[in-house]
Amino acid sequence: MNAFARQAVSVNITPPVTAGASRETAAPAAMRMTISKVNFWYGAKQTLFDVNLGIATNKVTALIGPSGCGKSTLLRTLNRMHETVRNARLEGEILLDGKNTMAQDVTLLRRRVGMVFQRPNPFPKSIFENVAYGLRINGSKIPVADAVEKSLRHAALWDEVKDHLHKSAYELSGGQQQRLCIARALAVEPEVLLLDEPCSALDPISTAKIEELLVQLKDLCTIATVTHNMQQAARISDFTAFMLTGQLIEFNPTPQLFTKPSDPRTEAYITGRFG
Amino acid sequence: MNARLRWRKFLSNFMLTMTGVCAVVSVAVLFFILGCLVYQGGTSINWNFFTKLPVPVGETGGGMANAIVGTGELLILATLFGVPIGFFGAVYLAEFSGSAMAFVVRYAADLLNGVPSIVIGIFAYAVAVHPFGHFSTYAGGFALGLMMIPITLRSTEEFLLAVPRTLREGAMALGASKWKTIVTVIVPAAYRGILTAILLAVARVAGETAPLLFTAFGNTYWSKGLKDATSSLPAVIYSYALSPYDDWHRQAWAAGLVLLVLVLVINIVARGILSRGISVPR
Amino acid sequence: MATTTSPAHGASPLSGSRHFVNRADHGDEIARVITFIFAASVVLITLLLVLSLWQGSALARHKFGFSFFVTQVWDPNAGIFGALPFIYGTLVTAVVSLLIAVPLGIGAAIFLAELAPARVSDTLEFFIDLLAAVPSVIYGVLGIFLIVPLMRSYIEPALKKTLGFIPLFQGPAYGIGFLTAGIVLAVMIIPYIISVSREVLLSVPRDQREAALSLGATRWESTWKVVVPFARTGIMGSIFLALARALGETMAVTMVIGNTPQISASLFASGYSIAAAIANEFNEASSPLHSQALIELGLVLFLLTFILNGIARLLIIATSQRGSGTANA
Repeated sequence: MNAFARQAVSVNITPPVTAGASRETAAPAAMRMTISKVNFWYGAKQTLFDVNLGIATNKVTALIGPSGCGKSTLLRTLNRMHETVRNARLEGEILLDGKNTMAQDVTLLRRRVGMVFQRPNPFPKSIFENVAYGLRINGSKIPVADAVEKSLRHAALWDEVKDHLHKSAYELSGGQQQRLCIARALAVEPEVLLLDEPCSALDPISTAKIEELLVQLKDLCTIATVTHNMQQAARISDFTAFMLTGQLIEFNPTPQLFTKPSDPRTEAYITGRFG
Repeated sequence: MNARLRWRKFLSNFMLTMTGVCAVVSVAVLFFILGCLVYQGGTSINWNFFTKLPVPVGETGGGMANAIVGTGELLILATLFGVPIGFFGAVYLAEFSGSAMAFVVRYAADLLNGVPSIVIGIFAYAVAVHPFGHFSTYAGGFALGLMMIPITLRSTEEFLLAVPRTLREGAMALGASKWKTIVTVIVPAAYRGILTAILLAVARVAGETAPLLFTAFGNTYWSKGLKDATSSLPAVIYSYALSPYDDWHRQAWAAGLVLLVLVLVINIVARGILSRGISVPR
Repeated sequence: MATTTSPAHGASPLSGSRHFVNRADHGDEIARVITFIFAASVVLITLLLVLSLWQGSALARHKFGFSFFVTQVWDPNAGIFGALPFIYGTLVTAVVSLLIAVPLGIGAAIFLAELAPARVSDTLEFFIDLLAAVPSVIYGVLGIFLIVPLMRSYIEPALKKTLGFIPLFQGPAYGIGFLTAGIVLAVMIIPYIISVSREVLLSVPRDQREAALSLGATRWESTWKVVVPFARTGIMGSIFLALARALGETMAVTMVIGNTPQISASLFASGYSIAAAIANEFNEASSPLHSQALIELGLVLFLLTFILNGIARLLIIATSQRGSGTANA
């Protein structure tokens, strides 16, 4: 409990200064993923319209917009998770390091583009086995125990769980479970990490921890996150994309989008006039 | 793509294909059974089969009229005995009971549901045959009715509980008493489900043989009344199939076909009733 | 019952409605009592069933005690009744049937829950439900006229040739016996395993699959290493349920097991099961002791299925609770 409280306080006082300073807004960043002319349908219903977007390497890109705007759908197309839904159809091109993801092997792609979901979804296994899962199925050569520790450290969970790695993951709190899911995703060393509203099921303290974690993780991999929380996007992201009814309205460096939005609809949204 | 990944992909496709094979094989069994019965028994089904009594070995012709009527009588008796207990018991569970009593009743029903049919036969013998000193249609109906109770009870309760709260409250708010609400609103709202439950229970016991061996017993002739032993389709199939005569084997196949068609038709009708009403909960 | 009609003709609105409430309570009380009697009779019948098995077997229980379960001899003429051959036959056929039905049933359930489109899955499940409704005596007819000759002429000789060095597959191939009974039973219990396992698999939260896939698992790996383990207890439940069915199954087994009270290492040999013994001998019991011994067999069968059904239900409940509980954990 003490560790929790202390960390939470430190997070609360730091963000405005450090987070703002660490942003390099001007330099055109290299793109790890490129989304071009993506249209998407669930059955007959079109949910994405001609979306173009780049996910910058080792940056945090946030997708915001009112619920139902297609931001989660867009995120799920990045590692072809949309294919698990029947009747889903995608047109357009998504490139990972310049190569079309649709032409790649889907298993390999998902290994390189990991994902963390809205609700913590640990497997009903021990903490250790959760993190080791990806390594085991991929037949990793590195010693599993080392990799598990490394991932848990990256997810800022190691100190809390190192003494009971073999307890069930379900004994962790919601926030810890979500960090475990992040550790699990990190273990296979993805190049891109997708997060679909990772904090929507968490309390404010856990949310603060995960936000802090994401800012640190961008040195390790490229991050794209969906959030319904504008303040969160402002705090943690380098670039923000604002979406509305399946269309990309504005995509800009975060400070610019929040201070001088170029589209009146963005302004209306960030000032709270709708959504 | 390295060798390991290629292997994993192959394994995935192979195993998933195998699960498909498992599913196809399992479902194919149904059509195989139906096909077999039609092929072996179809030719023996004619007018005589439904209207004539069995004939002694050696004579050709004859039918199973007594067994068909017997099965009908047994099912009617079973329904008259099992359905009221199941239905009213379910109404009590869904509408009146406290949790302790509900637990006990549900537990007893589940227990009864799991009792092997041959053991039901022993019990029915002890209650409905032994004290009277003779086999009877009543005893057979009692045995089958016992098996219908838990099926009717549990599914009826489920369907009653599925009736939306708002409907209950709406009726109560109009000043209807509880039992009036049940009679005029809740049961009508759930009647498709209840009917389905009853039909499935009938289908379930229609093919039962084991409980009839010591109760309805069997009869080569027309039953002289409900107090007399009676023939039934499953019992005739059993004894004919184990006989050494080809002619009886043919009759057993034919009776099997009739019985299977009866059971499947009741099942399909029951599910049809349900699916046209509310959707089946998954 | 007609007394609780509208109070519109009451003297004043107030007294009218009070009058109505009293009558309504009265009607409710009657309805409660009537339905209670029916509900209570379910409990009563069940108790009576247990009691009649217990009392009906008193003589045999007192005479043989525990030795009933370990005696190999069943000789009505000599008045010696040992249940061991029947228990053995029941268990062996059940085990054989599970060995066949479990892989097939779980495989099919995985296909229905994980792979097949919803409409295909529902259609196949409809056929599986119909398969579960096929009367056991019909399985017996198919067993005796099709499977027995098939076993005698092809399968058992082939097994003898290839696996004959194992005692299980030695001895003359009659066609009837443990193996055939096990196979017929397997076909009968597969629908139960499929139906329950499919339900349990469908109740596994979607995000478990997605988590595995997003880590680069293949579809089979996500199914076999995440979804199936998640549903493990429920699947075990379906197996116990099927086992209880297999133990209690009477007609089909009676028709193909051979009905010889003996214990044999060979699966080709004739045997006997508890249910088959009751079916064959109960009407022709030669002495009170004989029929009491048969009732005691019924009691044993009842207890076996009672325990298995209880375990099955607990396992299935445990899984469905886990399925709904994790999301909020």
